[in-house]
Amino acid sequence: MTLLAGVITLVLHLLLVIAAAPLLVGLVRKLKARLVGREGPPVIQAWRDTLRLLRKEPVVADGTSWLFRAAPSVGLAAILTAMLLVPSFAFGMMTAGASDLLVILGLLGLARCTLALAAMDTGTAFGGIGASREMLFAAFAEPAMMLVVITLALLAGTTNLDVIASVLGSGVLGLRVSLALALGALMAVAIVECGRIPVDNPATHLELTMVHEAMVLEYSGRHLALIELAASLKLLLWFTLIATVFGPFGLAPPGLAPLSWAVAMLFWVGKMALLGAALAVFETTRAKMRVFRVPEFLGVAMLLAMLAAVLLLVSQGFA
Amino acid sequence: MTVLILPWLGLVMIGLVVTGVLAASAGERMAGYGTLIACGVGLAGVLLHLLAGAPEAGMTIPFGIVGQSGGLAIDGLSSLFLALVLGLGMASGIASLEAHHVTTAPALPVFVAGMVLTLLAQDAVMLLLGFEAMSLASFVLVMTGHRDEAVRRAGLLYLGMAMLGALCLVAALGLMAGDGLSFDSIRAHPPQGARAVAVLVLVVIGAGSKAGLAPLHVWLPPAHAAAPGPVSALMSGAMTKVALYVIIRLLFDLAGSGQPGWFGVPLIVMGLAGAVIGALRANLETDIKAVLACSTVENVGLIAIALGLGFAARAADLPAIAGLAFGAALLHAMGHGMFKALLFLAAGSVQYGAGSREMGRLGGLIGAMPYTAGAMLLGAACLAGLPPSSGFAGEWMLLQSVIAALRVGGLGVQVLVCVLAAGMALAMALAAAASVRLVGVVMLGRPRTPRCAAAVESSPPVRWALILLGLGSLGLGLMPGALLGLAEPALQVLSTSFAQRASLLALVPQADAPGYAPLGILALLFLLLMGIAACLRNWAVAGYRHGPAWDCGFGAPPDWLPFGDPATQYGPGSMAQPLRRALGGSLLAARQSVTMPAPEDSAPARFTETAQDPAERLIFAPIHRLRATISHLADLMTFLTVRQSLSVLFAALVLFLAVIAALEQT
Repeated sequence: MTLLAGVITLVLHLLLVIAAAPLLVGLVRKLKARLVGREGPPVIQAWRDTLRLLRKEPVVADGTSWLFRAAPSVGLAAILTAMLLVPSFAFGMMTAGASDLLVILGLLGLARCTLALAAMDTGTAFGGIGASREMLFAAFAEPAMMLVVITLALLAGTTNLDVIASVLGSGVLGLRVSLALALGALMAVAIVECGRIPVDNPATHLELTMVHEAMVLEYSGRHLALIELAASLKLLLWFTLIATVFGPFGLAPPGLAPLSWAVAMLFWVGKMALLGAALAVFETTRAKMRVFRVPEFLGVAMLLAMLAAVLLLVSQGFA
Repeated sequence: MTVLILPWLGLVMIGLVVTGVLAASAGERMAGYGTLIACGVGLAGVLLHLLAGAPEAGMTIPFGIVGQSGGLAIDGLSSLFLALVLGLGMASGIASLEAHHVTTAPALPVFVAGMVLTLLAQDAVMLLLGFEAMSLASFVLVMTGHRDEAVRRAGLLYLGMAMLGALCLVAALGLMAGDGLSFDSIRAHPPQGARAVAVLVLVVIGAGSKAGLAPLHVWLPPAHAAAPGPVSALMSGAMTKVALYVIIRLLFDLAGSGQPGWFGVPLIVMGLAGAVIGALRANLETDIKAVLACSTVENVGLIAIALGLGFAARAADLPAIAGLAFGAALLHAMGHGMFKALLFLAAGSVQYGAGSREMGRLGGLIGAMPYTAGAMLLGAACLAGLPPSSGFAGEWMLLQSVIAALRVGGLGVQVLVCVLAAGMALAMALAAAASVRLVGVVMLGRPRTPRCAAAVESSPPVRWALILLGLGSLGLGLMPGALLGLAEPALQVLSTSFAQRASLLALVPQADAPGYAPLGILALLFLLLMGIAACLRNWAVAGYRHGPAWDCGFGAPPDWLPFGDPATQYGPGSMAQPLRRALGGSLLAARQSVTMPAPEDSAPARFTETAQDPAERLIFAPIHRLRATISHLADLMTFLTVRQSLSVLFAALVLFLAVIAALEQT
């Protein structure tokens, strides 16, 4: 019975996140447009773009290898695999035993390295600039993320996300200052990983400070559709991660319970919309920063995460 | 089988030495075949021994110093390292069948024999004999291209460090061997107090310099770059691991389990320094083999951290955490040995196939060298620690053991462990950046020189060696639990109270906890890829067409520039630029300067950049200056008059007698 429930929730989760990812991006765009007084495209526009791109024949740059053509699929598969490990609306999915935070980070790294290699395969300066900067950001994001993982592992005794979320959701720990600090650090890392303002601007195409868009400059047609889908899934993944760890209420318990699944899905949609609105407001009020300010931005995140871990150690003394 | 294993391996060693002697007259191919056969035979025996649970066995041999009979022994720990050394020896033997007129080839089997003897040694003399055979044979192999000034300098630096290491090891073993030279008598009387501290310092310097622990790693990048491909594969994959084995054997086993926990601290500190500096340097080097060698420094550092944590946990009487840390160290040591050998063989293949080791002269080799490119992609995935590769399995265990180590000590220790975790994450992310740079510049993009555009794939022997090591790396990445199962006897040597059955399919931080199951992750990845392919087939337009790169309207290159302007492509220097600017200035003293010519001067503007390893700047440069000063002073003595000379002699004699008198008094 638990296995059946695990399989059903996993399939529902997969369908849900694929459907929701472009809608989330559409929502953020719409809100940002309204905030600056524009009408903006409809929320469904990101899905329409994806379907339109799928119908277009890709143009592949001369001199590129099979890696360039395979990278969009591999990158999307890696991010989807990571997404399957993050519980969204129900605990006890079939992948719950494998939903390790370090594995999720590793899979995101796999997607990142694949895309960086594809960018270098084009042999253009834009590909190189994007790839080198993406790896620079990752080098500073990983230590901050590792300290967040340590904070969570100290609280829950494991790096398994399913267990961490259930422990935090059970309310035995209560509100903690460390968790607030870790939330700040995690949000900063999420902004960097998803390439949002103030680190990178997903809306520009011709600016020397761009990172992600420079890497995917040569992609078109169905390849671009896969990459855009992967980027929106990555945003959804970080949102779900933040919502599941720091707002683990409303998730359905393991087991076959269709009604509570439906309620939990509504909760999840609400959380995503809330985080999307917060991102839209944040992005509208910020200016993009210089590339070499990003390490400082991540340095602050690292400091916050370090403070979170140390506070926890001081207050509990896990010796 | 248990009775036969030591004579069997003894014969393998004799076979290797005989091969070396024969190869000196019969040619280098003989060395390749002999190494391949002997290592294959030995590997079969060791694997059977491991599958049988690696029972301990010992044997005395009529060889050694007067009054002491020499001995060989095998246990779980040495069997595991033997499997690695012999497996890599096989791959190197196959790869060296390619005819490149390596005049030093006879030293190859002797090198392997030295490593095997080190692992089998049962007394101090055998250990030193094996260690020195390994050092000297590898020195000969490094000097293969001795007509090149840079190679000679790298070889001499290596020899100097090897001599320093030998000196320290002799002293350490002398201090440990109170009653007898055999390991049993050392184990019976472990060193205590100040003597134990001296042993710690000497072993860490003696074997750590060979393993490439910071700050004793300066010889490693130039020496690994200078040696031929199969030799650097063995040096980086096997020799550094043998040096780690010596550290483990002497400090963790022979020195007894009664040593204080802070003995692990030097290993942790040196390991962290090496991990960060090595990974950062791997991003800045432009020679592909130097890049790989720097990442070896990084990985040895990570393994040393795990060993140090294990030591501290064992002393704190936390066997589960100690077992986790030692398991992580062994798993990463085996994984790194395998994939680094794979990468070095691929680098050797690039060197011969594309005519250069300089990243700035390579590019776009993935079309011309499919096998090499595949090997390099796989190795780079391991190096970057991407799931489900063997590199990720090792790093996952390492990070889990660091997280577990938060329970070893008080608040101060815990804060330091947090810093350690952040530093390790930084090193791992830097290694990912280095591997993207390596593959991206060498294998992808456009060729940077005509010679590289005409590259050819390496010959079948090298391809076979690449396939062998690639399969080994894949298997280790997908079933790391199986290796930990084989490593259980080794873990029991390290921590006697350790008792935890490893699961075959998954890695777990503690019993009954959720863990990491590589096969499951791979299955998910594969299923999703199939799903994406099916969706594309149904809903997307098929096929694609070629066109010049858009490049924001840069346009297609003219016909007379078939590969475009090489300068418009990101190269090794430009890929390194962001990291050099963000971290290089503080950690590697990286400086850059632009010299602009005066107006109307037709001279070109020059951009220069320099970077220096802190170990060179802070330790080796002062030593070098001190040596120069002393030799200058000694040189002055040759210009003394007869009278001055005699008075110096007389003063020295008086001083000498005074010292003796003072010593007599006490």
